[in-house]
Amino acid sequence: MPKIKLPRKSTHIDMTAMCDVAFLLLTFFMLATKFKPEEPVQITQPASTSTKIIPEGFMLITLDKNGRVFFDVDKKDQKQELIEKINADKNLGLTDPEVKSFVNGAGVGVPFSQLKQYLALSPAQQAQFDKTAKGIPTDTTASYETNELAYWLASARFFVKSKDKDGNDVQGRIAIKADGAAKYPEINKVIGTLGHLGIFKFSFSTNLKGIPPGTALAESNSKNKAE
Amino acid sequence: MAEIEVKGGKKHAPRIDLTPMVDLGFLLITFFMLTTTMSKPKAMEIQMPFKDPNMKDEDKNKVKKDEALTVLLSKDHRIYYYNGIGDDPTNPPQVEVTYFKDKDGIRDVLINKKKTVQSLISQGVLNAQDKAIVLIKPDSTSTTEDLINILDEMTINAIPVYAVVDITPVDQDFIKATEAANPQ
Repeated sequence: MPKIKLPRKSTHIDMTAMCDVAFLLLTFFMLATKFKPEEPVQITQPASTSTKIIPEGFMLITLDKNGRVFFDVDKKDQKQELIEKINADKNLGLTDPEVKSFVNGAGVGVPFSQLKQYLALSPAQQAQFDKTAKGIPTDTTASYETNELAYWLASARFFVKSKDKDGNDVQGRIAIKADGAAKYPEINKVIGTLGHLGIFKFSFSTNLKGIPPGTALAESNSKNKAE
Repeated sequence: MAEIEVKGGKKHAPRIDLTPMVDLGFLLITFFMLTTTMSKPKAMEIQMPFKDPNMKDEDKNKVKKDEALTVLLSKDHRIYYYNGIGDDPTNPPQVEVTYFKDKDGIRDVLINKKKTVQSLISQGVLNAQDKAIVLIKPDSTSTTEDLINILDEMTINAIPVYAVVDITPVDQDFIKATEAANPQ
């Protein structure tokens, strides 16, 4: 029987192509994404079937599970305008670094009386402070003295703008990021505050949940797709 | 002058082992994929009922008994519900308990309510423009998750009209009475 001589092949694989792909992906991810925004507190938000996206330029009210309220604005230039206005109105006497600390920070959860002191801390100290912070004083009244969230919102509404699909400036939205375990009276304070300011349309930030099959929503969605 | 002569067989192209570089590349990709967010936060839009302080009491009772379903949210994600708005003290409504479930939960209650309203319209008891109305009353032991879940159920089941309103002492008594009747 004649023997078939198999040619010996090197086991070396040319890695160049794989390397190219890896770095192409790496470049894509580096450019296409931005870092997760820092959060002052850990929030486990409930899920909903909504797939709407909050357009950039919104106010974010964070409610943690103990009912502490934090306030933030997503766009830094608008945040700058807001803090300068509040600094002037409330005579907080914030220095430039403190203003900068607010603009670059991840939202505040302290009363106005402690704001200057809080902003003077380093980011690491602020994160530590947030763990035990009281949150922004909030109640169901419309008084700017006791309900500081109302004051924040009323001030921020002048500055927070987002663009509609035609590129026009529209009033920025209000997003509530609430922990699912927060008790109803706590979220009611926030909703009540919004109500006093005449804001009846706002968004809850939620995780995504699948639409249950066979329901009215699933049917209307599939009808839309078919059309 | 001595010349340097390269001795040896075939000349090999210089080969660099790229494996560590690929490893590093994928490590970084993994890092960026995990630490960054591609999508913006998903939002659920809520339109709250406008609370007019000048609203008269008789306007509040415009909701007809047959088209309304009152949903009370209570502790441990429990949902108490009854037909109508529970405004007739002489004839207390039948309060029942359910949970957030895909089957035999609040969703079926809402679907049935819509069907009932539809059949009442075809029987001529209700007018054609009447719609199922759901009143959501969360009590102080319910959580934000319950509220968002029930609002989401409204979207899922395409309930045309719903409102979140404050719980009344009467409703709280309903919950207490139902709890007492069904010790678990």
